[in-house]
Amino acid sequence: MSNTYFVGLSFQSLLFLLEGAGRTLLLGFCAGFFGTLLGLTIGWLRFQSRIAAAVLAPYVDICRSVPLLIQIILVNALLGVFGVYWNAFTTGLLVLALYAGAYFSEVFRAGLHSVPIATIRAGRALGLNGLQNLAHVVMPIATRVAFPGWVNIFLGTLKDTSLVAVIGYVELLHATQILITQTQQALIVLLGSGAVYFIMCAVISSLSRRFEIGIPK
Amino acid sequence: MAYQFDWAPVWHAIPQLLSASLVSLQIAALAFFVGAVIAFFLALGKLSPHRLFSFPAKAWIELARNTPCLFQIYMIYFGLGALSINLSPYVSVLIAITFNNAGYSAEIIRGGLAAIPPAQHQSARGLGMSSASAYMWVVIPQLLPVIYLPSVSQFIWSLLNSSLGMIVGLNDLTGVAYQLQSVTFRTFEFFAVTAVIYYVMVKIITTLSWIAGLYLVPGWSGSGRR
Repeated sequence: MSNTYFVGLSFQSLLFLLEGAGRTLLLGFCAGFFGTLLGLTIGWLRFQSRIAAAVLAPYVDICRSVPLLIQIILVNALLGVFGVYWNAFTTGLLVLALYAGAYFSEVFRAGLHSVPIATIRAGRALGLNGLQNLAHVVMPIATRVAFPGWVNIFLGTLKDTSLVAVIGYVELLHATQILITQTQQALIVLLGSGAVYFIMCAVISSLSRRFEIGIPK
Repeated sequence: MAYQFDWAPVWHAIPQLLSASLVSLQIAALAFFVGAVIAFFLALGKLSPHRLFSFPAKAWIELARNTPCLFQIYMIYFGLGALSINLSPYVSVLIAITFNNAGYSAEIIRGGLAAIPPAQHQSARGLGMSSASAYMWVVIPQLLPVIYLPSVSQFIWSLLNSSLGMIVGLNDLTGVAYQLQSVTFRTFEFFAVTAVIYYVMVKIITTLSWIAGLYLVPGWSGSGRR
């Protein structure tokens, strides 16, 4: 049956999907990067001082108790209230980085807590200053504990970029939806984009496993 | 600031929002408990030496964990729709979140099973128990304290994930808030209140599960999450 309303699937469709996948990776990596910086800062602050731990607890709590979808829509609306009109990428990056930062901070804090207090004191007793101690003694031990959790949350962030579609960012899943509307070939297009997601996540987790073996125990 | 806040439409809609949040809770609870039962068999399947059992279990777990939950909802709603299997948003979201939950819970259970020495099961068998009753009366009671807290987190996840139903037109809390804001143009107000309702629901679940844990879980002292 020939159909004049819908476009057929073509090589162009594949390119369109891959372009979406590129945007997913771009947003995922940017959010992962800024989220990690934020998570390191917050995790370290909450580890260091009880006051910071108490002050920052509600932020972590709220980020983990409200659906990300609501957070994205809410921040987008809030920016509108203040008359700030950012594009979908910037808004999405802001929300994702704040959201991932909350989760990262918990992972890093757990990593820091896994370093025995005697080890930290021994480092100081050997004459290392606070920063040297952090860089050469505390961080290497904390990283070993925190790394698998970090990878899990990073992969979560990569998958969560799909929610930024609701404010109009054309990442992989939004591109999929557009292609479905154009071609009406839902199953093939969905299987294609599912495969792309699967490959992205599988490659990152297998790379991380290889890296994990490289970390001295 | 040029924007005028108007909370009146939200207050009028509170009963609607609250009854919609029951839909969210219902989906979360069904998906979690059905998912947990499937997850137990997936975890056993993944540990099984027979490829006939281990391959489907591994495939399920990997697919559930390596694709976005929203994609899984699309797959059930639009993907099965293309095969002329038309499911309502409620059923599609329920199936998708159950699928997702089973995959994640399977890994929690597998981790828990790894913490229990195999000798426990073997000695139960040695005492004359069947394999099933050895699991039922020896392995699972020891498994419960290990997996209890991660499972509570997983339940909260399934509640938060049910908000994705909005995108396929589900009448859950998020979906109803979305419909109401598109009628009244009070996006910020509606979603702010929705966020508060989700937060309160999560707190109630955490508190209730903490209390339930004291009575139900052997050897668990109630320390931990949040």
